Amino acid sequence: MSQSSSPDAAASPAAIVQRGSFELTLRRFAADKAGMLALGFIVLLVAFALGAGLIETWTGHSPVDQFRDTGLTPTGLPVGPGAEFLFGTDQLGRDVLVRLAYGARTSLVIGLVASLCASCIGITIGLIAGYVGGWTDVILGRAMDLVMSIPVLLCTLALVSVFGPSIMLSVAVIVFFSWTTIGRVIRGQVLSLREREFVQASRSLGAGPLSIMVVDILPNLTVPIIVYTTMMIPAGIVFEATLSFLGLGIVPPAPSWGGMLAEAAANSIYLVAWWLILIPGSVLLFTTLAFNILGDALRDALDPASRRRSRHNKSKGRQRKRGKEGRS
Amino acid sequence: MIRFLASRLAFAAAVLLALSAFVFLLFFVAPGDPARLLTGEKATEAQVAQVRANLGLDRPIHEQYLTFLGRTMKGDLGFSYRNQQPVTRLIANRMPATISLGIGAILLWVGIGIPIGIMSARHPGSLRDRLGQGFILVGISFPTFVLGMASLYFLYFLPRQLGFTLFPGGGYKSFLSNPWIWAWHMVLPWTTLALASAAIYARLTRGEMLAVMGEDYIRTARAKGLSERKVVYKHGLRGILTPLTTQLGADIAAVLGGAIVTEQVYGLQGLGSLAVQAVGNQDRPIIIGVVLLAGLFIVVANIVVDLLYVLLDPRVR
Repeated sequence: MSQSSSPDAAASPAAIVQRGSFELTLRRFAADKAGMLALGFIVLLVAFALGAGLIETWTGHSPVDQFRDTGLTPTGLPVGPGAEFLFGTDQLGRDVLVRLAYGARTSLVIGLVASLCASCIGITIGLIAGYVGGWTDVILGRAMDLVMSIPVLLCTLALVSVFGPSIMLSVAVIVFFSWTTIGRVIRGQVLSLREREFVQASRSLGAGPLSIMVVDILPNLTVPIIVYTTMMIPAGIVFEATLSFLGLGIVPPAPSWGGMLAEAAANSIYLVAWWLILIPGSVLLFTTLAFNILGDALRDALDPASRRRSRHNKSKGRQRKRGKEGRS
Repeated sequence: MIRFLASRLAFAAAVLLALSAFVFLLFFVAPGDPARLLTGEKATEAQVAQVRANLGLDRPIHEQYLTFLGRTMKGDLGFSYRNQQPVTRLIANRMPATISLGIGAILLWVGIGIPIGIMSARHPGSLRDRLGQGFILVGISFPTFVLGMASLYFLYFLPRQLGFTLFPGGGYKSFLSNPWIWAWHMVLPWTTLALASAAIYARLTRGEMLAVMGEDYIRTARAKGLSERKVVYKHGLRGILTPLTTQLGADIAAVLGGAIVTEQVYGLQGLGSLAVQAVGNQDRPIIIGVVLLAGLFIVVANIVVDLLYVLLDPRVR
């Protein structure tokens, strides 16, 4: 996590190399061990998800096949990790490893799609609210308040009881309830950016509001957009897993991590088959951990000032406070 | 001040109205006939029609909504489709478990999260700060149901296999009959529910504290010779009360509306598990009742927080 030697390294007396902002960011990121580790884990996880089909052919177990002879003990209990089933089998004799790989696809796709959609909505609404201001801002701000004061899980329960569980509904719910965070952040940033000289310059050159928002302001929001979108991915993954855990998300027998944990919890079967909870549980935990660490590392690499701000806070405190008041 | 309060009340009413319209419309457009659900598969068409008329389901939607709204305001949430009991009584029966869970968990996460945040912020960059940040990261990343199941496995099942009982395997015991048994049964649910929030509070406290400690009045407090302890706890902490109150208000409301996941994992018969069971049974009046009650908690908490602002921060007045 050492941060000290990044930008200065470029100015070593021996050979002065000119480095662009992108390269400096990459170097700062590469110096962050936790961040690199998290990225490595995520790359492995993506490979695991993409290779689900390969794992299926390699083991010869489909994710929904029930191996009643080899995958269950004579008393009908799941078989623990071993040569035939690397991660053991579940209560129906299905291969946990294969299901985990297919579940990774579900989790990653839902997490990614939901956070991309949510951040698109949040960015659009935050930009409009912050730039246009006035009544538009009041109404959009109130709308965000309204969404934020809805009991999320309960309303999802109500929705699922009416429309039945499905992937689409899960994604829609995650998007609907998570765009507000990034929306507020963007709005707060736009409030200060729109008063800056380059925006005035653009306006005096005759640029319209849409052009100013997209061409002038949006590029300045890259850092919060990248960081907050990354941080939304684990939230989406956990939310999907929670829904599936409650039986409200992915419909069985399609594999999903939350669903696997729910099946392990049903009849407390996991008490005699530890691998049914410890394996999917820790994969889920490490996934959210990795994305959160990655988000932190990206913020530090993209915006080194933010780290310095939080370390050496003298005199910077007031600035932060003001930024926060724009939020509320 | 009165204008401010009036606008907050109007917003609260708007939230509740929107929520009631949402659940009502949701169930009105929903496929599936409640009258059929109520009478069962074997009932004749005439019986179903009779029940539909009794419930008022044959009238136009706006009329139904207004009747529904009028009854709800009087505190009448209707009857369960499943066992014909009044929804208000079913909810009241579930409140003790939810309240027990909520209050204990809130005390726990405030008691853990805020001190960790302060410790982190007092020594930024130090080992203690990094430990605090590690706690925040793990706490935020730990899915509640995974934590709950892992706790049950390691703290209930494994010890029991080894021949002793460390913690019970779930269920709610009444506080009034035996407070010790009650607390013993609540320890795991409390910690499970509290961990994620403790991390969120630690992060919030750390961030706000770092900002406040850079303020001029803190420098003044130091310059007049106060001990660092006094500077932090008397002046620093005072400065972060407002954001903490905001967060706490929202969280108390959310928890009282039913900690669905924790209640499910530990088999606590609270509001959250009532809602989950109602979804399983397609028992719409119960779902509507729980959602509206949760919404009510949230708007009341918002108003209380707004009033507290005025007490805590004279600049708001």
